[in-house]
Amino acid sequence: MIKTIISEGLPVDEQLLIRKKVIQNGNSPKRICIVTGTHGDELEGQYVCFELIRRLNEDIRFLDGTVEVYPALNPLGVDSVTRGIPTFDLDMNRIFPGDPNGHLIEHTAFEIIQDLRGADMVIDIHASNIFLREMPQARINVQMSKKLIPYANLLNIDFIWIHDAATVLKSTLAHSLNVIKTPTIVVEMGIGMRMSRDYGNRLVDGIFNMMKKKKMWTGTISKDICKPILSTTGEVCYMNADASGIIIPSVSHSVDVKKGDLLCQIVDPFEGLVLQNVLSPVDGVVFTLRTYPVVYEGSLIARIFSKNTQIDNGENQ
Amino acid sequence: MNGSMKQEILFKMKSPYRDDFKIQGFRFGEGEKSVAIVGAMRGDEIQQQFTCSQVVKNLIELEKEGLILPGHEILVIPSANHFSMNINKRFWAMDNTDINRMFPGYDKGETTQRIAAALFEEVCGFKYGIQLASFYLPGEFIPHVRMMDTGFQNVKLAKKFGLPYVLIRKPRPYDTAVLNYNWQIFDTQAFSIYSGDTNTINKESAKVAWLSILRFLNSMKIIKKNIHDGFNSFVLSDVDLETVKSNQAGILYSMNSARDEVKKGDLLAKILDPFTGIVRSEIYSPVEGTIFFSHNHPLIHQNTVMYRIVKF
Ligand SMILES: [Zn+2]
Repeated sequence: MIKTIISEGLPVDEQLLIRKKVIQNGNSPKRICIVTGTHGDELEGQYVCFELIRRLNEDIRFLDGTVEVYPALNPLGVDSVTRGIPTFDLDMNRIFPGDPNGHLIEHTAFEIIQDLRGADMVIDIHASNIFLREMPQARINVQMSKKLIPYANLLNIDFIWIHDAATVLKSTLAHSLNVIKTPTIVVEMGIGMRMSRDYGNRLVDGIFNMMKKKKMWTGTISKDICKPILSTTGEVCYMNADASGIIIPSVSHSVDVKKGDLLCQIVDPFEGLVLQNVLSPVDGVVFTLRTYPVVYEGSLIARIFSKNTQIDNGENQ
Repeated sequence: MNGSMKQEILFKMKSPYRDDFKIQGFRFGEGEKSVAIVGAMRGDEIQQQFTCSQVVKNLIELEKEGLILPGHEILVIPSANHFSMNINKRFWAMDNTDINRMFPGYDKGETTQRIAAALFEEVCGFKYGIQLASFYLPGEFIPHVRMMDTGFQNVKLAKKFGLPYVLIRKPRPYDTAVLNYNWQIFDTQAFSIYSGDTNTINKESAKVAWLSILRFLNSMKIIKKNIHDGFNSFVLSDVDLETVKSNQAGILYSMNSARDEVKKGDLLAKILDPFTGIVRSEIYSPVEGTIFFSHNHPLIHQNTVMYRIVKF
């Protein structure tokens, strides 16, 4: 059954529709929600929605509970290759928990929260942005980590990144749900404007694995579920561009690198000069890598996770 | 004799293909860091930048006449984002991030975090901070001073601008990353001035804004320039504003706009069918008061804020 949770008039002959697919079987009151499409340029979640529903439809008898799938919280954005909310130029993931008396979009955000409230688990799928490629990972606020890590461990992802309280954005969907005790895990994977079947299948396997542990699924599950690395067992090292120019990558995504390895070069296409050799300051795994070539000073190039080593940024030149 | 105005490049960054990105500052006087004024941080804040330019123009005049009082430093930064303004974008040209969601900034972080960090370093430590702000949703405001209820705000000072209203607002989750909030956290008395318009220049309302800034500076004995008293500002909070929402979508035929006084039952606007022109809805004022905010786009969504009215 497809349920419309928001239907509000747009100026000319159209409704703003936010819809969810509700799949229910058995008697269990348990409910999990898969949400995505908050950022209109992030599409990795679309494959997950499709594949999850396809598999559930095929074997619905093994489901005991309710799975709700929200492919597009920002339908106008997804349909128009717009990251934010078209016409408002606003990042939808910065307006939660919304306001019932506010502007249409604030009111919409409020209604979305009300609809998700009380779920046993919400998985909020993101796909980085058009600049960076991300290894499948969960992002969890340190205050929620005790509760959420055991579930993130089931999702067949590579990495769990625990965020400090100071860096947690309070206006996100996930934060707003977690504060009202609706457990929500943010999954980031892949890259904007693209869809990768491999990552999608992995997460779908992970979701079934989680449903099995939650006793919502009695069917088969994948046998090789990946155990993610926890960020608190080491350190996350950020590499930002020191110069503006064009980057030429030397490593590929998700690989292990050694301290001193060349990650990429920032070059000047006018002078034919190398402006910066970006070297890895640590031994570790490249879990975020910039693929968009044009960079400004400060543009993020890579994030490397290194297990329990000291970061020495001084050596990067 | 005061030193004369210094035009400085406060931040400079090379771009891959465009001209260098610069943030320019105009520094007047010497002594205590008295006031920092920030104009456009978004590319559509043309009114805000224009207002700032008029403040600079007035301060140059006042300085010539020796009317910037000794012992005060004034820093004006008319623009922190002309890279977006020059190409008609609202947010940072490269990655669409909002500089005014990056404070206090981080000098080793992303580009806009670096811009925010550089800007904040320059404007931090001043006694007063004034930002010419725009609202994040489209619409027109009555000129007002806005302060966040952080516990550090000083309403008495806000009234010195002599604008019709002072709005005290509870911070929302995103506010912790805006300039105004961070100023207050770091001990600057911060004021956001809303003159009403964005993406255009309304000379009337811009003048109200720049005169209010000069009035404030005069009142704080930073400059000597007598300006008529202005308004005895009415202080209000969100609960004093009555919200009128649209019950239909369509073409908005608005009869009233910000500043208008309305009676209970007055017809404020009609919402028309975009194909037939038939009136779908008539919007009446639920209260007697002054329109504080009005939606000013000719198209209207359903269930969105059309007006906020200050109740008498
Ligand atoms: Zn996203």
